[in-house]
Amino acid sequence: MALDKNGIAKRIAKEVKDGYYVNLGIGIPTLVANFVRDDIQVEFQSENGILGMGPFPIDGEEDADLINAGKQTITARPGASFFDSATSFGMIRGKHVDLTILGAMEVAENGDIANWKIPGKMVKGMGGAMDLVASAENIIVAMMHTNKAGESKLLKRCSLPLTGVGCVTKIVTNLAVIEVTDNGFKLLETAPGVSVEDVQNATEGKLIVEGDIPEMQL
Amino acid sequence: MIIKTVDSVQKATEGVEDGMTFMLGGFGLCGIPENAISELVRLNIKNLTCISNNAGVDDFGLGQLLHKKQIDKMVSSYVGENAIFEKQMLSGELEVELIPQGTLAARCQAAQQGFPAIYTPAGYGTEVAEDKETREFDGKMYVLEEAFKADFAFVKAWKGDKAGNLVFKGTARNFNPVMCGAAKITVAEVEELVEPGELDPNHIHVPGIFVQRIFQGKNYEKRIEQRTVRQKD
Repeated sequence: MALDKNGIAKRIAKEVKDGYYVNLGIGIPTLVANFVRDDIQVEFQSENGILGMGPFPIDGEEDADLINAGKQTITARPGASFFDSATSFGMIRGKHVDLTILGAMEVAENGDIANWKIPGKMVKGMGGAMDLVASAENIIVAMMHTNKAGESKLLKRCSLPLTGVGCVTKIVTNLAVIEVTDNGFKLLETAPGVSVEDVQNATEGKLIVEGDIPEMQL
Repeated sequence: MIIKTVDSVQKATEGVEDGMTFMLGGFGLCGIPENAISELVRLNIKNLTCISNNAGVDDFGLGQLLHKKQIDKMVSSYVGENAIFEKQMLSGELEVELIPQGTLAARCQAAQQGFPAIYTPAGYGTEVAEDKETREFDGKMYVLEEAFKADFAFVKAWKGDKAGNLVFKGTARNFNPVMCGAAKITVAEVEELVEPGELDPNHIHVPGIFVQRIFQGKNYEKRIEQRTVRQKD
Protein backbone atom coordinates (compact mmCIF):
# COMPACT_ATOMS: atom_id res chain seq x y z
CA MET A 1 0.00 0.00 0.00
CA ALA A 2 1.27 3.39 -0.95
CA LEU A 3 1.44 5.82 1.97
CA ASP A 4 -1.06 8.59 2.60
CA LYS A 5 0.05 12.11 3.54
CA ASN A 6 0.30 11.21 7.22
CA GLY A 7 2.40 8.18 6.33
CA ILE A 8 4.85 10.37 4.41
CA ALA A 9 5.01 12.78 7.35
CA LYS A 10 5.58 9.87 9.76
CA ARG A 11 8.52 8.57 7.71
CA ILE A 12 10.07 12.03 7.42
CA ALA A 13 9.76 12.53 11.17
CA LYS A 14 12.44 9.84 11.56
CA GLU A 15 14.88 12.20 9.80
CA VAL A 16 14.43 14.78 12.55
CA LYS A 17 17.29 14.34 15.00
CA ASP A 18 17.97 15.45 18.55
CA GLY A 19 19.05 19.11 18.71
CA TYR A 20 17.70 20.06 15.28
CA TYR A 21 16.14 23.38 14.38
CA VAL A 22 13.65 22.54 11.63
CA ASN A 23 11.72 24.63 9.11
CA LEU A 24 8.50 23.00 7.95
CA GLY A 25 6.81 24.09 4.74
CA ILE A 26 3.08 24.20 4.05
CA GLY A 27 1.09 20.98 3.41
CA ILE A 28 2.51 17.53 4.21
CA PRO A 29 5.60 19.05 5.93
CA THR A 30 3.37 20.71 8.55
CA LEU A 31 2.15 17.23 9.56
CA VAL A 32 5.70 16.11 10.38
CA ALA A 33 5.55 17.90 13.75
CA ASN A 34 2.83 15.47 14.86
CA PHE A 35 5.14 12.47 14.54
CA VAL A 36 8.45 13.65 15.95
CA ARG A 37 9.59 11.54 18.93
CA ASP A 38 8.94 13.31 22.21
CA ASP A 39 12.18 12.13 23.83
CA ILE A 40 14.34 14.38 21.64
CA GLN A 41 14.84 18.14 21.70
CA VAL A 42 13.64 19.79 18.49
CA GLU A 43 12.57 23.37 17.73
CA PHE A 44 10.37 24.32 14.79
CA GLN A 45 11.03 27.57 12.99
CA SER A 46 8.41 29.34 10.93
CA GLU A 47 9.89 31.94 8.61
CA ASN A 48 7.31 34.61 9.44
CA GLY A 49 9.15 35.02 12.72
CA ILE A 50 8.95 32.33 15.41
CA LEU A 51 11.26 29.70 16.82
CA GLY A 52 9.65 27.25 19.19
CA MET A 53 6.35 26.83 17.40
CA GLY A 54 3.82 24.73 19.30
CA PRO A 55 0.57 22.99 18.32
CA PHE A 56 -2.62 24.70 17.17
CA PRO A 57 -4.32 26.63 20.01
CA ILE A 58 -7.21 25.24 22.00
CA ASP A 59 -10.52 26.40 20.54
CA GLY A 60 -11.21 29.92 21.85
CA GLU A 61 -7.56 30.71 22.68
CA GLU A 62 -6.44 31.62 19.15
CA ASP A 63 -4.51 34.86 18.78
CA ALA A 64 -4.51 36.90 15.54
CA ASP A 65 -0.95 37.99 16.37
CA LEU A 66 0.38 34.43 16.48
CA ILE A 67 0.41 32.54 13.19
CA ASN A 68 2.74 30.33 11.16
CA ALA A 69 3.93 30.88 7.58
CA GLY A 70 0.78 29.12 6.34
CA LYS A 71 -1.24 31.86 8.13
CA GLN A 72 -2.64 29.26 10.56
CA THR A 73 -3.12 30.17 14.20
CA ILE A 74 -0.49 28.46 16.38
CA THR A 75 0.93 28.56 19.89
CA ALA A 76 4.41 29.30 21.21
CA ARG A 77 6.18 26.71 23.36
CA PRO A 78 8.13 27.59 26.51
CA GLY A 79 11.49 28.94 25.32
CA ALA A 80 10.05 30.29 22.09
CA SER A 81 11.18 33.57 20.53
CA PHE A 82 9.76 36.04 18.02
CA PHE A 83 11.77 38.05 15.52
CA ASP A 84 11.50 40.12 12.35
CA SER A 85 11.65 38.75 8.80
CA ALA A 86 15.26 39.80 8.18
CA THR A 87 16.42 37.98 11.31
CA SER A 88 14.35 34.97 10.31
CA PHE A 89 15.98 34.68 6.91
CA GLY A 90 19.33 35.38 8.52
CA MET A 91 18.82 32.14 10.44
CA ILE A 92 18.06 30.38 7.18
CA ARG A 93 20.72 32.00 4.99
CA GLY A 94 23.30 31.66 7.74
CA LYS A 95 22.68 27.90 7.88
CA HIS A 96 21.56 27.94 11.50
CA VAL A 97 18.47 25.92 10.61
CA ASP A 98 19.47 22.25 10.41
CA LEU A 99 16.71 20.78 8.29
CA THR A 100 14.22 22.12 5.78
CA ILE A 101 11.19 20.05 4.79
CA LEU A 102 9.07 21.33 1.93
CA GLY A 103 6.65 20.27 -0.77
CA ALA A 104 7.31 20.30 -4.53
CA MET A 105 5.55 20.04 -7.86
CA GLU A 106 8.66 18.60 -9.54
CA VAL A 107 12.13 17.43 -8.56
CA ALA A 108 14.85 16.62 -11.11
CA GLU A 109 17.50 13.90 -10.83
CA ASN A 110 20.18 16.58 -10.33
CA GLY A 111 18.33 18.00 -7.29
CA ASP A 112 16.59 20.92 -9.01
CA ILE A 113 13.18 21.75 -7.53
CA ALA A 114 10.10 23.54 -8.90
CA ASN A 115 7.23 24.50 -6.61
CA TRP A 116 6.09 28.07 -7.12
CA LYS A 117 4.57 28.68 -10.52
CA ILE A 118 2.72 27.03 -13.40
CA PRO A 119 3.02 29.57 -16.24
CA GLY A 120 -0.37 30.87 -17.37
CA LYS A 121 -2.26 28.84 -14.78
CA MET A 122 -1.13 29.30 -11.24
CA VAL A 123 1.12 31.93 -9.74
CA LYS A 124 1.10 32.03 -5.99
CA GLY A 125 4.69 33.06 -5.50
CA MET A 126 7.75 31.50 -3.96
CA GLY A 127 7.29 32.85 -0.46
CA GLY A 128 10.36 31.75 1.49
CA ALA A 129 11.03 28.63 -0.57
CA MET A 130 13.77 30.13 -2.77
CA ASP A 131 15.67 31.38 0.26
CA LEU A 132 15.30 28.04 2.02
CA VAL A 133 16.46 25.87 -0.85
CA ALA A 134 19.33 28.21 -1.78
CA SER A 135 20.83 28.09 1.70
CA ALA A 136 19.87 24.91 3.52
CA GLU A 137 22.23 21.96 3.22
CA ASN A 138 19.73 19.38 4.34
CA ILE A 139 16.56 19.59 2.27
CA ILE A 140 13.90 16.89 2.28
CA VAL A 141 11.05 17.08 -0.18
CA ALA A 142 7.70 15.64 0.91
CA MET A 143 5.34 14.95 -1.98
CA MET A 144 3.26 12.40 -3.85
CA HIS A 145 5.32 10.45 -6.39
CA THR A 146 2.99 11.37 -9.26
CA ASN A 147 0.66 14.29 -9.96
CA LYS A 148 -3.13 14.18 -10.27
CA ALA A 149 -2.81 13.19 -13.94
CA GLY A 150 -0.66 10.23 -12.89
CA GLU A 151 2.55 11.74 -14.30
CA SER A 152 5.86 11.35 -12.50
CA LYS A 153 7.05 14.27 -10.38
CA LEU A 154 10.58 12.83 -10.26
CA LEU A 155 11.98 13.94 -13.59
CA LYS A 156 15.13 14.06 -15.67
CA ARG A 157 14.68 17.82 -15.83
CA CYS A 158 12.04 20.06 -14.29
CA SER A 159 9.59 21.45 -16.84
CA LEU A 160 8.25 24.20 -14.54
CA PRO A 161 10.12 27.38 -13.53
CA LEU A 162 12.73 26.45 -10.95
CA THR A 163 12.72 27.35 -7.28
CA GLY A 164 16.32 26.27 -6.78
CA VAL A 165 19.11 24.38 -8.52
CA GLY A 166 20.82 21.19 -7.39
CA CYS A 167 19.65 21.54 -3.81
CA VAL A 168 17.35 18.64 -2.84
CA THR A 169 19.09 15.91 -0.85
CA LYS A 170 16.25 13.52 -0.10
CA ILE A 171 12.69 12.84 -1.28
CA VAL A 172 10.01 10.98 0.64
CA THR A 173 6.93 10.11 -1.39
CA ASN A 174 3.92 7.84 -1.01
CA LEU A 175 6.00 5.14 -2.73
CA ALA A 176 9.60 5.50 -1.66
CA VAL A 177 12.50 7.18 0.09
CA ILE A 178 14.98 8.45 -2.46
CA GLU A 179 18.36 10.10 -2.12
CA VAL A 180 19.48 12.59 -4.75
CA THR A 181 23.04 11.67 -5.77
CA ASP A 182 25.46 12.97 -8.39
CA ASN A 183 24.33 10.09 -10.62
CA GLY A 184 20.57 10.39 -10.19
CA PHE A 185 17.77 9.26 -7.86
CA LYS A 186 18.99 6.46 -5.58
CA LEU A 187 16.26 4.26 -4.17
CA LEU A 188 16.75 3.80 -0.42
CA GLU A 189 13.43 2.33 0.77
CA THR A 190 10.06 1.35 -0.63
CA ALA A 191 6.70 1.94 1.08
CA PRO A 192 5.04 -1.14 2.59
CA GLY A 193 3.55 -3.27 -0.21
CA VAL A 194 5.19 -1.18 -2.96
CA SER A 195 7.64 -2.98 -5.28
CA VAL A 196 10.83 -1.63 -6.79
CA GLU A 197 9.11 -1.97 -10.14
CA ASP A 198 6.21 0.22 -8.97
CA VAL A 199 8.72 2.94 -8.00
CA GLN A 200 10.58 2.50 -11.29
CA ASN A 201 7.35 2.88 -13.28
CA ALA A 202 6.41 6.07 -11.42
CA THR A 203 9.86 7.66 -11.81
CA GLU A 204 10.75 9.42 -15.06
CA GLY A 205 14.29 10.38 -14.00
CA LYS A 206 17.14 7.91 -13.66
CA LEU A 207 16.49 5.57 -10.73
CA ILE A 208 19.48 3.79 -9.23
CA VAL A 209 18.65 0.49 -7.57
CA GLU A 210 21.51 -1.23 -5.77
CA GLY A 211 21.05 -4.55 -3.97
CA ASP A 212 18.03 -5.40 -1.87
CA ILE A 213 15.86 -2.40 -1.09
CA PRO A 214 14.45 -2.45 2.43
CA GLU A 215 10.85 -1.61 3.23
CA MET A 216 10.19 1.61 5.18
CA GLN A 217 9.88 1.15 8.93
CA LEU A 218 7.16 3.47 10.16
CA MET B 1 13.31 64.20 23.21
CA ILE B 2 11.80 64.50 19.77
CA ILE B 3 8.04 64.02 19.66
CA LYS B 4 6.72 62.15 16.61
CA THR B 5 3.02 61.97 17.36
CA VAL B 6 0.33 63.10 14.99
CA ASP B 7 -3.27 63.10 16.15
CA SER B 8 -4.98 61.41 13.23
CA VAL B 9 -4.46 59.03 10.35
CA GLN B 10 -5.18 62.00 8.05
CA LYS B 11 -2.16 63.89 9.43
CA ALA B 12 -0.12 60.70 9.37
CA THR B 13 -0.69 60.19 5.65
CA GLU B 14 -0.18 63.83 4.66
CA GLY B 15 1.85 64.05 1.45
CA VAL B 16 0.80 60.76 -0.15
CA GLU B 17 0.20 61.18 -3.87
CA ASP B 18 -0.64 59.32 -7.05
CA GLY B 19 2.25 57.31 -8.44
CA MET B 20 4.13 56.88 -5.16
CA THR B 21 5.86 53.74 -3.88
CA PHE B 22 4.78 52.46 -0.47
CA MET B 23 6.12 49.76 1.83
CA LEU B 24 3.47 48.08 3.97
CA GLY B 25 4.27 45.78 6.89
CA GLY B 26 2.49 42.55 7.73
CA PHE B 27 2.51 38.86 6.91
CA GLY B 28 -0.79 37.76 5.48
CA LEU B 29 -3.23 39.83 7.54
CA CYS B 30 -1.04 39.60 10.65
CA GLY B 31 0.43 42.93 11.69
CA ILE B 32 -0.86 44.99 8.76
CA PRO B 33 -1.32 48.78 9.12
CA GLU B 34 -5.12 48.63 9.00
CA ASN B 35 -5.73 52.33 9.68
CA ALA B 36 -3.30 53.59 7.04
CA ILE B 37 -4.69 51.19 4.44
CA SER B 38 -8.26 52.39 5.13
CA GLU B 39 -7.14 55.98 4.71
CA LEU B 40 -5.33 55.23 1.44
CA VAL B 41 -8.55 53.61 0.19
CA ARG B 42 -10.53 56.71 1.22
CA LEU B 43 -8.04 59.10 -0.43
CA ASN B 44 -8.39 57.04 -3.62
CA ILE B 45 -4.87 57.85 -4.80
CA LYS B 46 -3.88 55.85 -7.86
CA ASN B 47 -1.00 54.31 -9.80
CA LEU B 48 0.66 53.09 -6.64
CA THR B 49 3.54 50.66 -6.30
CA CYS B 50 3.21 48.61 -3.13
CA ILE B 51 5.99 46.59 -1.55
CA SER B 52 4.39 44.09 0.79
CA ASN B 53 4.97 40.40 1.44
CA ASN B 54 1.35 39.59 0.57
CA ALA B 55 -1.58 41.38 -1.01
CA GLY B 56 -4.28 40.90 1.61
CA VAL B 57 -7.48 39.01 0.86
CA ASP B 58 -10.25 40.10 -1.49
CA ASP B 59 -12.04 42.40 0.95
CA PHE B 60 -9.41 43.21 3.57
CA GLY B 61 -5.91 44.63 3.77
CA LEU B 62 -4.30 45.53 0.45
CA GLY B 63 -7.15 43.67 -1.27
CA GLN B 64 -9.21 46.85 -0.71
CA LEU B 65 -6.75 48.95 -2.72
CA LEU B 66 -6.64 46.30 -5.45
CA HIS B 67 -10.42 46.24 -5.56
CA LYS B 68 -10.46 49.97 -6.36
CA LYS B 69 -7.63 49.53 -8.87
CA GLN B 70 -5.39 51.94 -6.99
CA ILE B 71 -2.32 49.73 -7.39
CA ASP B 72 -0.36 49.50 -10.65
CA LYS B 73 2.44 47.33 -9.33
CA MET B 74 2.93 44.93 -6.44
CA VAL B 75 6.26 43.65 -5.16
CA SER B 76 5.53 40.57 -3.05
CA SER B 77 6.68 37.05 -2.28
CA TYR B 78 3.36 35.23 -2.01
CA VAL B 79 -0.07 36.18 -3.29
CA GLY B 80 -1.97 32.91 -3.08
CA GLU B 81 -4.93 34.11 -1.03
CA ASN B 82 -6.32 36.75 -3.28
CA ALA B 83 -8.61 36.06 -6.25
CA ILE B 84 -8.86 39.72 -7.38
CA PHE B 85 -5.10 39.87 -7.35
CA GLU B 86 -4.75 36.74 -9.46
CA LYS B 87 -7.34 38.00 -11.95
CA GLN B 88 -5.71 41.44 -12.34
CA MET B 89 -2.28 39.84 -12.64
CA LEU B 90 -3.24 37.24 -15.25
CA SER B 91 -5.09 39.91 -17.30
CA GLY B 92 -2.02 42.15 -17.23
CA GLU B 93 -3.86 44.97 -15.45
CA LEU B 94 -1.55 44.65 -12.49
CA GLU B 95 2.20 44.40 -12.77
CA VAL B 96 3.64 41.97 -10.26
CA GLU B 97 7.22 41.42 -9.25
CA LEU B 98 7.44 38.21 -7.24
CA ILE B 99 10.64 37.92 -5.25
CA PRO B 100 11.90 35.56 -2.54
CA GLN B 101 10.68 36.44 0.93
CA GLY B 102 14.17 36.70 2.41
CA THR B 103 15.21 38.94 -0.48
CA LEU B 104 12.20 41.17 0.19
CA ALA B 105 13.27 41.52 3.83
CA ALA B 106 16.90 42.07 2.88
CA ARG B 107 16.08 44.78 0.30
CA CYS B 108 14.04 46.62 2.94
CA GLN B 109 16.78 46.23 5.50
CA ALA B 110 19.41 47.40 3.00
CA ALA B 111 17.37 50.56 2.41
CA GLN B 112 17.05 51.08 6.16
CA GLN B 113 20.75 50.61 6.79
CA GLY B 114 22.26 52.43 3.84
CA PHE B 115 23.46 49.50 1.75
CA PRO B 116 22.83 50.11 -1.98
CA ALA B 117 22.55 46.37 -2.62
CA ILE B 118 23.18 42.95 -1.10
CA TYR B 119 24.22 39.55 -2.39
CA THR B 120 21.91 36.62 -1.70
CA PRO B 121 21.98 33.00 -2.87
CA ALA B 122 18.16 32.99 -3.14
CA GLY B 123 16.90 32.65 -6.68
CA TYR B 124 20.24 31.88 -8.30
CA GLY B 125 19.65 29.78 -11.42
CA THR B 126 15.95 30.71 -11.53
CA GLU B 127 13.99 33.35 -13.46
CA VAL B 128 14.25 35.65 -10.43
CA ALA B 129 17.95 36.11 -11.21
CA GLU B 130 17.50 36.82 -14.92
CA ASP B 131 19.33 39.97 -16.03
CA LYS B 132 20.82 40.43 -12.58
CA GLU B 133 24.48 40.57 -11.72
CA THR B 134 25.76 37.36 -10.11
CA ARG B 135 29.02 36.65 -8.35
CA GLU B 136 30.81 33.71 -6.81
CA PHE B 137 31.99 33.77 -3.21
CA ASP B 138 33.75 30.70 -1.77
CA GLY B 139 32.48 28.49 -4.57
CA LYS B 140 28.81 29.46 -4.23
CA MET B 141 26.83 31.72 -6.55
CA TYR B 142 24.98 34.83 -5.36
CA VAL B 143 22.61 37.34 -6.94
CA LEU B 144 22.98 41.10 -6.50
CA GLU B 145 19.71 42.60 -5.25
CA GLU B 146 19.26 46.35 -4.85
CA ALA B 147 17.85 48.21 -1.87
CA PHE B 148 14.26 49.37 -2.31
CA LYS B 149 13.45 53.02 -2.78
CA ALA B 150 10.09 54.04 -1.33
CA ASP B 151 8.24 57.25 -0.48
CA PHE B 152 6.37 56.02 2.57
CA ALA B 153 6.60 52.98 4.85
CA PHE B 154 3.40 52.15 6.74
CA VAL B 155 3.94 49.88 9.71
CA LYS B 156 1.89 48.67 12.63
CA ALA B 157 3.17 47.97 16.14
CA TRP B 158 1.56 46.76 19.36
CA LYS B 159 2.84 49.60 21.53
CA GLY B 160 4.71 52.75 20.79
CA ASP B 161 5.68 55.90 22.65
CA LYS B 162 5.51 59.49 21.53
CA ALA B 163 9.21 59.40 20.64
CA GLY B 164 8.43 56.77 18.00
CA ASN B 165 9.91 53.78 19.81
CA LEU B 166 8.07 50.59 18.90
CA VAL B 167 7.30 47.22 20.46
CA PHE B 168 5.66 44.37 18.55
CA LYS B 169 3.66 41.36 19.67
CA GLY B 170 4.05 37.76 18.51
CA THR B 171 4.46 37.15 14.82
CA ALA B 172 2.82 40.50 14.02
CA ARG B 173 6.40 41.81 14.01
CA ASN B 174 7.41 40.21 10.65
CA PHE B 175 8.32 42.85 8.03
CA ASN B 176 7.35 45.88 10.12
CA PRO B 177 10.72 46.52 11.80
CA VAL B 178 12.75 46.19 8.58
CA MET B 179 10.54 48.70 6.78
CA CYS B 180 11.03 51.36 9.47
CA GLY B 181 13.45 53.95 8.15
CA ALA B 182 13.57 52.22 4.76
CA ALA B 183 11.40 54.88 3.07
CA LYS B 184 11.57 58.68 3.02
CA ILE B 185 8.83 58.84 5.65
CA THR B 186 7.90 56.05 8.05
CA VAL B 187 4.42 56.13 9.55
CA ALA B 188 3.76 53.87 12.53
CA GLU B 189 0.31 53.13 13.87
CA VAL B 190 0.02 51.47 17.26
CA GLU B 191 -2.62 49.71 19.32
CA GLU B 192 -1.43 51.56 22.38
CA LEU B 193 0.35 54.91 22.34
CA VAL B 194 2.12 55.68 25.63
CA GLU B 195 4.16 58.49 27.17
CA PRO B 196 7.94 58.49 26.73
CA GLY B 197 9.47 56.57 29.63
CA GLU B 198 6.66 54.06 29.90
CA LEU B 199 8.36 51.57 27.60
CA ASP B 200 11.48 49.93 29.00
CA PRO B 201 14.40 51.01 26.74
CA ASN B 202 15.74 47.45 27.07
CA HIS B 203 12.67 46.11 25.35
CA ILE B 204 12.37 48.46 22.36
CA HIS B 205 12.27 46.59 19.05
CA VAL B 206 12.57 49.65 16.79
CA PRO B 207 14.23 52.87 18.02
CA GLY B 208 12.26 56.03 17.30
CA ILE B 209 14.93 57.45 14.98
CA PHE B 210 13.51 55.19 12.24
CA VAL B 211 9.98 56.59 12.64
CA GLN B 212 8.83 60.05 11.49
CA ARG B 213 5.14 59.91 12.47
CA ILE B 214 3.32 57.81 15.05
CA PHE B 215 -0.37 57.72 15.87
CA GLN B 216 -2.88 55.87 18.02
CA GLY B 217 -4.73 53.43 15.74
CA LYS B 218 -8.43 52.67 16.07
CA ASN B 219 -10.91 49.84 15.59
CA TYR B 220 -8.45 47.05 14.87
CA GLU B 221 -10.19 44.12 13.27
CA LYS B 222 -7.12 41.82 13.30
CA ARG B 223 -8.77 39.30 11.05
CA ILE B 224 -7.52 35.70 11.14
CA GLU B 225 -6.94 34.07 7.75
CA GLN B 226 -6.67 30.41 8.76
CA ARG B 227 -8.29 29.75 12.11
CA THR B 228 -6.85 26.38 13.15
CA VAL B 229 -7.63 25.04 16.62
CA ARG B 230 -7.62 21.80 18.58
CA GLN B 231 -10.07 20.59 21.18
CA LYS B 232 -9.14 20.40 24.84
CA ASP B 233 -7.81 16.91 25.70
